[in-house]
Amino acid sequence: MSTATELQAGGNAPWWLSRARSGNHPIARLIAVRLALGVVTLFAVTIVIFLATQALPGNAAYAVLGHSATPQRLAALEAQLHLNRSLVSQYGSWIGGVLHGNFGTSLANGEKVSTLIGPRIVNSAALVIAAGVIGTLVAGILGLIAAARRDTWFDHITSVVLLTITALPEFVVAIALIILFSVVVLHLLPATSTIPPGSHPWNNIEALILPVATLAIVITPYIFRMVRGAMIEALESDYVEMAKLKGLKRWRVMLVHALPNSLPPIIQVVGLNLLYLAGGIVVVEYVFNYPGIGAALVDAVDNRDIPMIQFIVLILAAFYVLVNIVTDVIALMATPRRRVAR
Amino acid sequence: MTDVHAPAASVAPLLTVDSLRIVVTGTRNDVVDEVSFTVRAGEVMGLVGESGSGKTTVALALMGHTRRGLTIDAGKVLLAGDDILVAKTDLRELRGASVSYVAQDPVSALNPALKVGTQLREIFDAHPDVRPPEGGVDGRIAEVLTDVRLDSVDAVLQSYPHQLSGGQQQRVMLGMAFACRPKLIVLDEPTTGLDVTTQRHILETIRTLCGRYQVGAVYVSHDLAVVADIASSIGIMYAGRLIEYGPVGAAFSAPAHPYTRGLLRAIPDPTRAHVLEGMEGQPPRPGSRPNGCFFAPRCQFTQASCQEGFPLPVAIGSGHWARCRRAEEITLLPSLGELPERDHSGKREGIAALLEVKDLDAQYGEKPVLHDVSVDVRPHRCLAVVGESGAGKTTFARCLVGLHSRWTGEMAFEGEQLSSDRRKRSREQIRRMQYIFQNPYTSLNPRKTVGQLIDQPLRELTEIGGTERRQRVVAALEEAALSASYATRYPDQLSGGERQRVAIARALVVEPELLICDEVTSALDVSVQAAIVELLHRLQVTRGLTLVLITHNLALVRSIADDVVILRDGRVVEHGQTVLDNPQSEYAVQLLADVPSLSLAARP
Amino acid sequence: MSSRREWLVILKRAVRTPRGAIGLTVAGLVVLLAIVGPWLAPHNPTLTVTETFGTPGGGNGLLGGDVLGRDVFSRVLAGGRTLLGMAAAATVLGVGLGVMLGVTAAYLGKWRDGLIMRVVDVFLAFPQIVFALLLVSVAGSHAWLVILAVGISHAPQVARVVRAAALDVCERDFVKAVELYDTPSFRVMAGEVLPNILSVVMVELGLRFTYSILIIAGMAFLGFGVTPPAPNWGLMINENRIGLVVNPWAVIVPAGLIAVLTVGLNTFTDAVARASLGVDRPAEEAALITPVQLGLE
Repeated sequence: MSTATELQAGGNAPWWLSRARSGNHPIARLIAVRLALGVVTLFAVTIVIFLATQALPGNAAYAVLGHSATPQRLAALEAQLHLNRSLVSQYGSWIGGVLHGNFGTSLANGEKVSTLIGPRIVNSAALVIAAGVIGTLVAGILGLIAAARRDTWFDHITSVVLLTITALPEFVVAIALIILFSVVVLHLLPATSTIPPGSHPWNNIEALILPVATLAIVITPYIFRMVRGAMIEALESDYVEMAKLKGLKRWRVMLVHALPNSLPPIIQVVGLNLLYLAGGIVVVEYVFNYPGIGAALVDAVDNRDIPMIQFIVLILAAFYVLVNIVTDVIALMATPRRRVAR
Repeated sequence: MTDVHAPAASVAPLLTVDSLRIVVTGTRNDVVDEVSFTVRAGEVMGLVGESGSGKTTVALALMGHTRRGLTIDAGKVLLAGDDILVAKTDLRELRGASVSYVAQDPVSALNPALKVGTQLREIFDAHPDVRPPEGGVDGRIAEVLTDVRLDSVDAVLQSYPHQLSGGQQQRVMLGMAFACRPKLIVLDEPTTGLDVTTQRHILETIRTLCGRYQVGAVYVSHDLAVVADIASSIGIMYAGRLIEYGPVGAAFSAPAHPYTRGLLRAIPDPTRAHVLEGMEGQPPRPGSRPNGCFFAPRCQFTQASCQEGFPLPVAIGSGHWARCRRAEEITLLPSLGELPERDHSGKREGIAALLEVKDLDAQYGEKPVLHDVSVDVRPHRCLAVVGESGAGKTTFARCLVGLHSRWTGEMAFEGEQLSSDRRKRSREQIRRMQYIFQNPYTSLNPRKTVGQLIDQPLRELTEIGGTERRQRVVAALEEAALSASYATRYPDQLSGGERQRVAIARALVVEPELLICDEVTSALDVSVQAAIVELLHRLQVTRGLTLVLITHNLALVRSIADDVVILRDGRVVEHGQTVLDNPQSEYAVQLLADVPSLSLAARP
Repeated sequence: MSSRREWLVILKRAVRTPRGAIGLTVAGLVVLLAIVGPWLAPHNPTLTVTETFGTPGGGNGLLGGDVLGRDVFSRVLAGGRTLLGMAAAATVLGVGLGVMLGVTAAYLGKWRDGLIMRVVDVFLAFPQIVFALLLVSVAGSHAWLVILAVGISHAPQVARVVRAAALDVCERDFVKAVELYDTPSFRVMAGEVLPNILSVVMVELGLRFTYSILIIAGMAFLGFGVTPPAPNWGLMINENRIGLVVNPWAVIVPAGLIAVLTVGLNTFTDAVARASLGVDRPAEEAALITPVQLGLE
């Protein structure tokens, strides 16, 4: 983002963390607490998803069938979607199914949702992980250098360039890359990334390059900003000044004194960006026709394929909860204890 | 300049600072200039000044270091003959080995992520030249820790900073400073925030070690009493200039500069209750300094010639000089002796206790903070609640006024029971008991004008209409010695002292009977503190106000209080009228003995 | 510096920096174009006037023809208004809601804080665009629904940031001082807390507006929230992708306009964030220790 986010990033520490930090085996307790909270959140999420898809005004079946709704087809769809039962019992049967691994049947092509989605989850995961790793590495290194060489031309130029990239929508970045590398300027890489069903994304590197590049470009500026900001703050701290006044070598000051203390916010922002990617893959997969759950979601929405939609959104929410827990725990473990001066 | 600074003794000075000049980077505005002094091996020199004086800037420059936005422009810093400001000096090698630094706040100066042992050891790794031979490092570390009286060496080395107490952390800092047997140590107010007893120990340690290892020290502080305790010579800074310099005894018993004199007269004395004399106004900021003497606008001895350039140093005695045209006169004036005794006789008499507190137990979350506290606040008198940090004094104050509600016990104001829940107290009860916060920089809403701030309690607690409210606001301002024009200003346009006066006016405007002052002078400079203290005393006399003064400063207590309550770890240790003169408890006796006092040092 | 009309002071300061000036100008030009564009369009943006994917020049207008032979130039001029309008509405909704939630949670604290932040956390689990898709999947691809969805999905993030800033303010003594007068909670929140987090709110407004544009354009790109044949920059980019080789302008120009708008806006917001440093925080935090941070010691 920009200085804006680094200023506002203080808002990311959950309020209940301070309680969980006390006591013996704080890490285990913390994980347990967060897992429990995560489960509760997921349940609440399922309620929201359910309400959104099956309790909105207007009959959902009618919405699905649209203009091709005849009374018989309406009745049949209603029965299939259990719309004639009470809301609570509908929710109950849906949740019951979910917990048993039964995610329903796709309205678009009648197959089980889970079989359709399974391989796509893997594909999307590959995208997210690859983009996350590359983005973090690039941003991290650039950020460290920029912080060490604050206010030099390097710092100014990278900051401005990344500030510009930050604001671009993913589809613009995607299309720009397509124009540059695929269609108009160079013709190196495919504009659509088809992975033949049954094969793995890592066997089709060519198909991965542009989508991963798009996503990595999109998240790099945020991480860069945070790395730079956190490092600068650490470099301006009293203990770094003290380290310099003890005559320690420059690299030791940066890596041993400054870096460990700047890790927590960096970890937080990396987690935040992984979550952002969960939304980013929707458009990017669509543009590149990449067989992942993002593109599947768009299709499902087009087709009003409710069970599919429910499942994909649920997956994404579960991803959110998981990443949140992992990020918070790692960030907490990396936060050095400070004694409050009083 | 030269003859004034010629060293009196035959020993060559360890440190010579010559005409040091530091500017705001990229401008011609100097932050400090024309600073020259010397320090000999084994000697501690005090560098004293209020905020904005430039003392820390000078101290850091002794290691060739400046904070962001400042540059060393001119001058020499000669350490054992070599000028460290010259380009070819390897400052990194110097720091930690030849010159070391002790920071003000060990909590922030020690890296919370690294063990203490690591932070000690890395100094040796960084300076292989001065490292003791193989295996000697461990021995040296143990030696150093014993020197600073940290006995359980292994435990300390394995701890993280947050696991040590404030005093222990500061000792670790001292240990790090002496580790490589430097020639010079720069100490930046290292005892701030420590309790009086720990402070005394630390000062002793510094003195002993400097003598033992023949290390020169520059001790920066705003606390003259502490400096008097530890230093043999003293330099006083004002607005970036060194305005007086000399042996501590001479400088304090016969100050030659009006500013030094003013400082001495503004500081309360733990042994004698006298009127404090503050100095109006503020030091000029870099870039807005007048042409003549910088202190002239505030000086009561100013004459026409004071406008003609900054005065040159005038020699007074051996090694003692001051930059004032009237230095020779000033030094002969009686400094402290003539300040009148505190006169409590103007205060009204009262009979029944105004506020009675019985068996107060308070908690912070799960932790108990106050135990069985019973205090009677007698009307029209000043009750001082004293204790070290963590004793529970602020919690006590907050319980009184309803800011802290987790307490049990009884509290009665003029016989009426006060609820622990602020919302259950009546408007009248609230109005009659007002509170002033410690930090004037955070107790005023920056988005409101002074007038709006003072008007607020009137609106909330009384039914008074608009016109009369405006009059009351002006009256309150005037009582706090601020002109009515302040009403349209915003807090960030005011100085610390002015802000605290606004806070006082805000408390007074609803005509309370009891005023609770929570460390109201701790965040202010010495010269400003005096004015606020005198204002509070005056209000007691003119309005018959009852004062509950929360403070850790025993000298202040001596100056203004009628009754004293000493708190320790949440319990009342001693209370009464004669606690300071005739302490009964061991704790009180120790406390009074550990308080540094100027009057002891002020004998030539 | 007077604290009067702090928001104005910050804005003025921001505009005086190079980033602020450039960002504001650039974004402002695009906004202007979007607003007055429809009246300047030479052709009716929804009617076919030229050849499919016609190249610019000749009889084909300044930017050529799009996938259905409509004049790209006219569609570009007309395609920004709806997008901007929707984004503005979503921003106001989201920031308004978020500020209320954040300040309330911070000030009232304890169980109310817990409850609000739990609910907020649940909604944070949905990526913004996914939430919008979820809602339109059932209730239809209406513009008002997209605004609602995007607005609601902003609220949790704004609430988090505002809460953190408000917590900082609530700790300060002047809030406690006013509480001592038994002032009702609402007055304390509105009169003491809110005015002191203005700079945070301003930056959030800028950021959220940028994101609103991005998400709504993204939705339009995917075909949601738009009513073809009405022109919309996001939709145009997708529509004309297949003709990229023939007439790239139909894609490049709307994409470029969106990019310039969001980049300019973000740059300006960044300038505002920098200009607000040190405004909401006390100028000299002199606690027990004499102030050192000014570099004047």
